[in-house]
Amino acid sequence: MSTPTEQTVGATGTDRVKRGMAEQLKGGVIMDVVTPEQARIAEDAGAVAVMALERVPADIRAQGGIARMSDPDMVQGIIDAVSIPVMAKARIGHFVEAQVLQSLGVDYIDESEVLSPADEAHHIDKHAFTVPFVCGATDLGEALRRISEGAAMIRSKGEAGTGNVVEATRHMRALRAGIKRLATLDESELYVAAKELRAPHDLVVEVARLGALPVVLFTAGGIATPADAAMMMQLGAQGVFVGSGIFKSGDPAQRAAAIVQATTFFDDPDVIAKVSRGLGEAMVGINVSTLPESERYATRGW
Amino acid sequence: MTSAPDRPVIGVLALQGDVREHVAALRAEGADPRPVRRPEELADVDGIVLPGGESTTMAKLAGRFGLLEPLRAAVGSGLPAYGTCAGMILLADRLLDAPPDQATVGGLDVTVRRNAFGRQVDSFESRVELAGLDGGPLTAVFIRAPWVEDAGNGVEVLGRVVGGPADGRIVAVRQRNVVATSFHPELTGDRRVHALFVDIVRRRLAERAGADAGDERGLSS
Repeated sequence: MSTPTEQTVGATGTDRVKRGMAEQLKGGVIMDVVTPEQARIAEDAGAVAVMALERVPADIRAQGGIARMSDPDMVQGIIDAVSIPVMAKARIGHFVEAQVLQSLGVDYIDESEVLSPADEAHHIDKHAFTVPFVCGATDLGEALRRISEGAAMIRSKGEAGTGNVVEATRHMRALRAGIKRLATLDESELYVAAKELRAPHDLVVEVARLGALPVVLFTAGGIATPADAAMMMQLGAQGVFVGSGIFKSGDPAQRAAAIVQATTFFDDPDVIAKVSRGLGEAMVGINVSTLPESERYATRGW
Repeated sequence: MTSAPDRPVIGVLALQGDVREHVAALRAEGADPRPVRRPEELADVDGIVLPGGESTTMAKLAGRFGLLEPLRAAVGSGLPAYGTCAGMILLADRLLDAPPDQATVGGLDVTVRRNAFGRQVDSFESRVELAGLDGGPLTAVFIRAPWVEDAGNGVEVLGRVVGGPADGRIVAVRQRNVVATSFHPELTGDRRVHALFVDIVRRRLAERAGADAGDERGLSS
């Protein structure tokens, strides 16, 4: 056997390792959890990962105040409770919260608009980290700006904590339309497209050529039922984040399992009908159009 | 099983995970790849790929949708199978560091340790030499990867990690028609392992065609 060289010894934190992790999550459901017990319920239901946080978005909304990174003890408790990947949220621009989460060993960081932003101009320089990041986006330009900062996975923002899927639908459609439009442009038109999207030209060219983002695209923000999850998959999401929708419902274990099954069989209405029966109360939900602008999370980040 | 040996139908377990990448690699190697989510879809394939993903999720969905037993029966009776990462876990007869109720398809007489290299911050890429693979070492991407803790006598060790803290750990194995790698060739564009697997499927199809022809001659004499 050959002797170890620089090439044969492992390289951590490469783009391929970061983006590749998200590829493994495709077709799966990532669930918000606030305790180790909830994390175990999520794992038993078939979640591909859990998102550890202090309060689910619906409670952040109800209680107000500044929402921050979770207590390290709580994150550690959840890491110890399950064998599936554990993600955690850092505030937009709060690179020290991200450093702490990396040091705790979380598997993915969500630089999230659900928490109170810590910087009104800059997102975290995600290239500087070994741990990969997922970021929210409302349209293609925002997604590409996050990818240029090093995001290895994108999710629609939706409107978290509302139980209302309408904003996630808007963002998924906007992302899809943006990608389709790029594919119709010729090389010379992509310079102006990059300017309009406020995104790097090379990334714009890559999306035009691929007909897709160069990283995995999930959906998030308001998914509360198996049918919501399946609809997002049919709109082109490669997987689903469910925040308040599970543990703010009547029967979390059963609803969690049902959303997992509906995500796998998103194109099979017979399965979706079957798993949607007898789930009990869904989370109550909020009509997004009655939310004042200042309480909309999707407008956070730029 | 009626497909032509030169273009075998190879299923990719499509409950969750990096299905798309395996489909693309198999198609480029001349196979006819098909996603498998239901028992009846499994009945039509000449080989099966168990992709990377979250093994606990795949095992639960396979159990719920009645795929686990048909998969066990098929692999047990010689259906060629290739598993990457989570797929290696699913093909293992024995697991370490898994939830106590985690079911596997089995077929490989090995003990596999889940998340053996550590968490995502420890995930890495490296060069790994595979026995029987021409063209030098391949780039191996390890993502929260398992390794083979120990392998039975009938299992051929194809590759090990070289260097670093996990030096010498087994990361690629083969037992007759079943192949497994801890890492993800489907993420790199290097299709040599897929080519090896498609070749295993083709050879088995050819052997079975030969055996059938032999049976017919036997009957007519």
